[in-house]
Amino acid sequence: MNDSRKSFHKELKELENEMLKMGSIVGESIQNSIEALIKKDLKLAEQIIKEDDIIDDYEVLLEEKCTRLIALQQPVAIDLRKIIVISKLATDLERIGDNASNIAYRVKEIAADQHIIEMSQLSEMSSLVVKQLKDSLKSFVDMDIELAKNVVENDLKVNKYDKEFKAELIKKMSKNCKQIAQGTSLMFISRFLERIGDHSTNICERTIYMKTGKRL
Amino acid sequence: MENQYKLEVKNLDFYYDKFQALNDINMKVPAKKITALIGPSGCGKSTFLRTINRMNDLIENTHLTGEVLFDGNNIYAEKVDVVELRKKIGMVFQQPNPFPKSIYDNIAYGPRMHGLKNKEKLEELVVESLKKAALFDEVKDRLDKSALSLSGGQQQRLCIARALAVKPDILLMDEPASALDPVATAKIEDLIADLKNNYSIVIVTHSMQQAARVSDNTAFFLMGELIEYDTTETIFENPSDQRTEDYITGRFG
Repeated sequence: MNDSRKSFHKELKELENEMLKMGSIVGESIQNSIEALIKKDLKLAEQIIKEDDIIDDYEVLLEEKCTRLIALQQPVAIDLRKIIVISKLATDLERIGDNASNIAYRVKEIAADQHIIEMSQLSEMSSLVVKQLKDSLKSFVDMDIELAKNVVENDLKVNKYDKEFKAELIKKMSKNCKQIAQGTSLMFISRFLERIGDHSTNICERTIYMKTGKRL
Repeated sequence: MENQYKLEVKNLDFYYDKFQALNDINMKVPAKKITALIGPSGCGKSTFLRTINRMNDLIENTHLTGEVLFDGNNIYAEKVDVVELRKKIGMVFQQPNPFPKSIYDNIAYGPRMHGLKNKEKLEELVVESLKKAALFDEVKDRLDKSALSLSGGQQQRLCIARALAVKPDILLMDEPASALDPVATAKIEDLIADLKNNYSIVIVTHSMQQAARVSDNTAFFLMGELIEYDTTETIFENPSDQRTEDYITGRFG
């Protein structure tokens, strides 16, 4: 293909790569937050909280690059949609980062106590959530609508994990009021993971818009 | 897209000698809207524009098949008065081309040619045309001065005023701002937007940003074919043909 806007398309590719770097940091942050929970690793929790600033900076960087490309290159059609979507994705990824950081804060609150519940369920949920995020970003890069739709569908599984885990916690807490403090924190953690799932769904819906120009 | 059409082009083929420059063009141009024609050099957009007021008749060894209906009547039918046709379908070119006459005489030239002799009416028409072309305030004190003393942007608006003076229905514009600086271009674009309240406008432009800014509908031509014709919004946000998308995003051409 004879590309008459090579340098613009190169910049667009670089923007996409920056967004993927941000996605990769965010994905690691979620994984680390659950590892910190399971291993009661306060150092790791602190690291996640600290690294949230890097994620915030990425959001600003991507927004600025998107604005500059729009101002200087006047993109249209798929190029314009891609830039708009990357700008929106940056916000979704930043929010995911906030959720991972929120998990880390809760880990710090409950790390001193014995877990009141098996962590396997939450661990499975977090693995699914991370996979959902990775797939959502893969669907963006490959412009794979089928994969994007799968992620949207799979969000129901994330919601189910959240609902079941919370039900278990309520049972525990209603039997023993000493478990309420940790139980509440764990409910929040489950809720944060569920919200991360919603953001991955957003990424996929925006990917579908980017590819087709139509909303899901 | 708008349902009231000023022009309807049916199965239009156009040839420069043996070379086919337009291939089976079918297109309806709505009334009182701005229709932009875009496409790479040599795609046929200017040729197409010129078929709308039979300007190609002036080029030797050309021929055409199909129909161009203006208000339902084929402009290529026998006995069509081409001078009368071009009065109804005016044209503005890429380079401003004022006559080497006064500003006043440039505007009065067309109406005089069409038989208007009354001085008062002529003056009224000159003022009205200059006002419509957003030029009157800038030249009202020097109507007797040479049109060639005007700036490029002013000259182009003078040419638009000259086209308006014979009271056309349609204005054809062939890259009317490509020789102008950004300020003069903005003035022309504002003027075009105002003019669409009273005229149907077809504009050829190489600037896709200009097409996006000024037009209601956009037609994309490629190698003599009309590839896609839709609202400007659709063409620039989400075109349906891959070739349109490749062109407007600069992936070829």
